[in-house]
Amino acid sequence: MAALLGRSCRKLGFLSSGHGARRTVSTETGKSLNLYAAINQALHIALDSDPRSYVFGEDVGFGGVFRCTTGLAERFGKNRVFNTPLCEQGIVGFGIGLAAMGNRAIVEIQFADYIYPAFDQIVNEAAKFRYRSGNQFNCGGLTIRAPYGAVGHGGHYHSQSPEAFFCHVPGIKVVIPRSPREAKGLLLSCIRDPNPVVFFEPKWLYRQAVEEVPEHDYTIPLSEAEVIREGNDITLVGWGAQLTIMEQACLEAEKEGISCELIDLKTLLPWDKETVEASVKKTGRLLISHEAPITGGFGAEISATILERCFLKLEAPVSRVCGLDTPFPLVFEPFYMPTKNKILDAIKTTVNY
Amino acid sequence: MAVWFARSRNLVSSLRHNLCLSTILVKGDYSHHRPVVSTSQLSPTVFLSPYVSSLRHESTAVVKQPDLVQHSDEEDVLQELDFPGGNVGCTSEMKFIPASSSRRIPCYRVLKEDGRIIPDSNYFPVSEQLAVRMYEQMATLQVMDHIFYEAQRQGRISFYMTSVGEEAINIASAAALSPEDVVLPQYREPGVLLWRGFTLEEFANQCFGNKDDYGKGRQMPVHYGSNRHNYLTISSPIATQLPQAAGVGYSLKMEKKNACAVTFIGDGGTSEGDFHAGLNFVAVMEAPVVFICRNNGWAISTHTSEQFRSDGIVVKGQAYGIRSIRVDGNDALAVYSAVRSAREMAVTEQRPVLIEAMTYRVGHHSTSDDSTKYRAADEIQHWKMSRNPVNRFKKWVVNNGWWSEEDESELRSNTRKQLLQAVQAAEKCDKQPLKELFNDVYDVKPKNLEEQELGLKELVERQPQDYPPGFHV
Repeated sequence: MAALLGRSCRKLGFLSSGHGARRTVSTETGKSLNLYAAINQALHIALDSDPRSYVFGEDVGFGGVFRCTTGLAERFGKNRVFNTPLCEQGIVGFGIGLAAMGNRAIVEIQFADYIYPAFDQIVNEAAKFRYRSGNQFNCGGLTIRAPYGAVGHGGHYHSQSPEAFFCHVPGIKVVIPRSPREAKGLLLSCIRDPNPVVFFEPKWLYRQAVEEVPEHDYTIPLSEAEVIREGNDITLVGWGAQLTIMEQACLEAEKEGISCELIDLKTLLPWDKETVEASVKKTGRLLISHEAPITGGFGAEISATILERCFLKLEAPVSRVCGLDTPFPLVFEPFYMPTKNKILDAIKTTVNY
Repeated sequence: MAVWFARSRNLVSSLRHNLCLSTILVKGDYSHHRPVVSTSQLSPTVFLSPYVSSLRHESTAVVKQPDLVQHSDEEDVLQELDFPGGNVGCTSEMKFIPASSSRRIPCYRVLKEDGRIIPDSNYFPVSEQLAVRMYEQMATLQVMDHIFYEAQRQGRISFYMTSVGEEAINIASAAALSPEDVVLPQYREPGVLLWRGFTLEEFANQCFGNKDDYGKGRQMPVHYGSNRHNYLTISSPIATQLPQAAGVGYSLKMEKKNACAVTFIGDGGTSEGDFHAGLNFVAVMEAPVVFICRNNGWAISTHTSEQFRSDGIVVKGQAYGIRSIRVDGNDALAVYSAVRSAREMAVTEQRPVLIEAMTYRVGHHSTSDDSTKYRAADEIQHWKMSRNPVNRFKKWVVNNGWWSEEDESELRSNTRKQLLQAVQAAEKCDKQPLKELFNDVYDVKPKNLEEQELGLKELVERQPQDYPPGFHV
C-alpha cells in the first residue's frame, strides 16, 4: 500500500485498511492500481460476468475522460459499451428503461456537477420504480457512476459533492469509495445490488491513489461502515477522498496524545448507524468531515442521529468540519476546503471541551 | 398487405412536391437584385415516403441525402464540403429555411364522421370480430370513465382522470399492437390496459387502493401498472417515460425480440426536456420504439397555441431523424392502420416511429379541474357530440351489419352493472396491511425502515383514533 506523491496543496498518505481494523477487505496481494484502473477492472468483470450488462454515457467509448472505461468497447462491443448523446436526463432515463427490462445499466455521468438534469429521473422515477409499482417492476439493475469532489483546480463545476441531495431520497443507495481496492469491491456490489445506486468516485484519487487491488471478482458489502483506525478519545466519520486528510489529522493528533478512531462510512444511504453508534459510545466524541458545504450536508444527518442515540455518552458537541457555504471557488479552494489543520483544531477543541 | 403497400406508394408519390426556400434576406443598401418571396408563394412540403430508407450517419462517410430541397436553376452548388457528419453541398446564395411550411402536414384519415370509408383510402382491413371487439372496448371505456368519475364525485375515490374523446386512440392503438410490445403510458391510456385484459375489478382495486391493488395502494387513482400485461406503472411526472422507452426498446433490440416499446405522451408533454431526450436517444440508438402523441389540444388549461409554435408534433420527428405521421386520432380505423404500420416498421427495421394523433380532450383534465373555466362549453359540446370517435366508429360497424341497438343496450347495461359491482366490491374490500407502507422501498427492508415500522406499529396500537381504521398491523 504505497503512499503517493501529492500535489502542492495536498499530500496523500495512503489509508491502511489493515491497521487495527475491525473488518478488512482481503489483504491478499494484487496488482498496484490507481482508482481509475481499479474501477476499470470492476467494469470489465461486471460486463464479463453478466452478458446483459451495459456501460454507457458521454465519451465512454474511447475510454472516458477519466479512463475508467478503457478497453470495454473493444472487448465487449459497441452494442454494450457506447457513447450517448449529451443529455443526462436521457442517459439516466434510458438506463432506467434498460434496467426495467432486467438488464444491468451502468451509467456514467461525466461529472457529478452535471447530474442535476437527471435528478428528476433519479428521484421521481428510479427511486420509486419498485415501490410505486407494488414490486411488479424495478430498476434495480441501474448503477450511476459520477466523479465527484475537489481536484485542486475544478472550481464551481468540476468539484462538487452533491451526495446530500441523494441521501434524502428513499429508494436509492449512495456509495462513496475511499481507495482503489475499496472502489472495485464496492462498485461490483453496487452493480449487483438489486436497487438503483449512485456511486460517487473521488476524482482526486483517480490517479493519485495507488493500492494493491486483488485481480479477482470480489465484492465489499454495502451499508457496512469500516473502522479503519482504532482509537479511544474521539470518533471521526468521513467518506471518499476526505478520509486521507482525516487520517493525517489523526496521525498528528496522536503525537499530541489524542487517540482517534476513524470510520469510513462507505454507504451513505442506507447508512450503518450501529457502527458509528458503537464507536461514539466508546469514545464519547464525534467529528464528521466532508467537502460538501456544511449547511444541510450529510454530516448533519449523522450528527442528529448520533445525538439521539448517544446523548448521555457525549462529552462534547458533535463537530463538523466541512466546506464553506459557498459555491466551490477556484482560487479560494485552499480556504474553502476542510483541511487537515481545520480538522486537527476541531479534534483538540472537542477533546478539550 | 402487399396491395396496400403498392397503393400507398402511388398515393405518396403523387404528393411529392418541392420546397422552394423562402425569405431571401437582402442586406446592405438594399439593392434588390432578388425579390423577397412571400410565404403564400411557397409550395407544400415534401412527404417522405415511409418506404424510403432514411439516413444513418456514420462518422464522416458520404451520405446520400433525400432530396428535400430542389435547387433552383440559377443557384450554383459550388462544391461539396466534408464536415464531420457527412458531406454537405454549399451555396453562395444565403437562404433561411422558413420557420414553418405554408401548409400543415395533413392528417391521415380513413373514416368520415358519418361512418363511411373515404374512397380510395389505404388502410388495414379490420375483420368483423376485431371491429366488434374494438367497438365494445371503446364503449366499455366510456362507461368505466363515467362510473369512476361519478364515484369520485361521490367521495368514494379520491381522484380520477377520464379519457373521454380519446377512446379511438386508446383502443385502436392497443388493437394494433402485440401483447409482447411493452407499453409505457402517460396517464390517459387506460384503454390500452383494458384491451390487454385488465379487468374492471382490477381497475377499481387500484382506484380504491385496496389490498388487491397491484400497486399496493401507494399511488393516486388511475396510476395503473401491470407486468402481466406489459404495461409499465404510470407515474405523474410528465414525459419521464420517453427516454425510458428508448431503453426498453434497446433492450428488446438486443434480445432480438419480435416486439417494440410503445410510449404515449400528450401535446403538453412534448414541451418537456424528456421528449427531446427520448426522441434523440431512440434515433441514435436505432431502437424499436413507437411514440404516440395524443394531441388533444389542451394541457390542463394550456391550449396548444401556448405550448409550441411548430406545426404540432409531427414535424418534430424529422428533426431527430424519425419517421413520422399525423393521424386523425378520432378515426379508429386510421389509428389502427397507422399504429400497426408503425409497429411493423419499428420491429422489422429496428427504428423509432412517431405518430401524432389529433384529437380533443372532451373531459376535464381530471376531477380536480373544471375546464369550463378556460374553454367554451359549446366547444366541448361540439367535440362530445358531433366529433365523437365512438359514435363514428359505431356508425361504420353498424353499417356493416355487425352491431345492433340490442347489442348496444345490452353491452352498456351489462358493463354498467359490472362496473357498479366492481366499485362496490373494491370499496368493501380490505385495505392494504400497514406493512406495505414499508415494503418495496428497496428489495429488502433496511434497518431504518424496520425501526420506523416498529415505532409506527406501537404508535397505532397506542393511539388508534389518530389513524384511519382498517389497516391491519
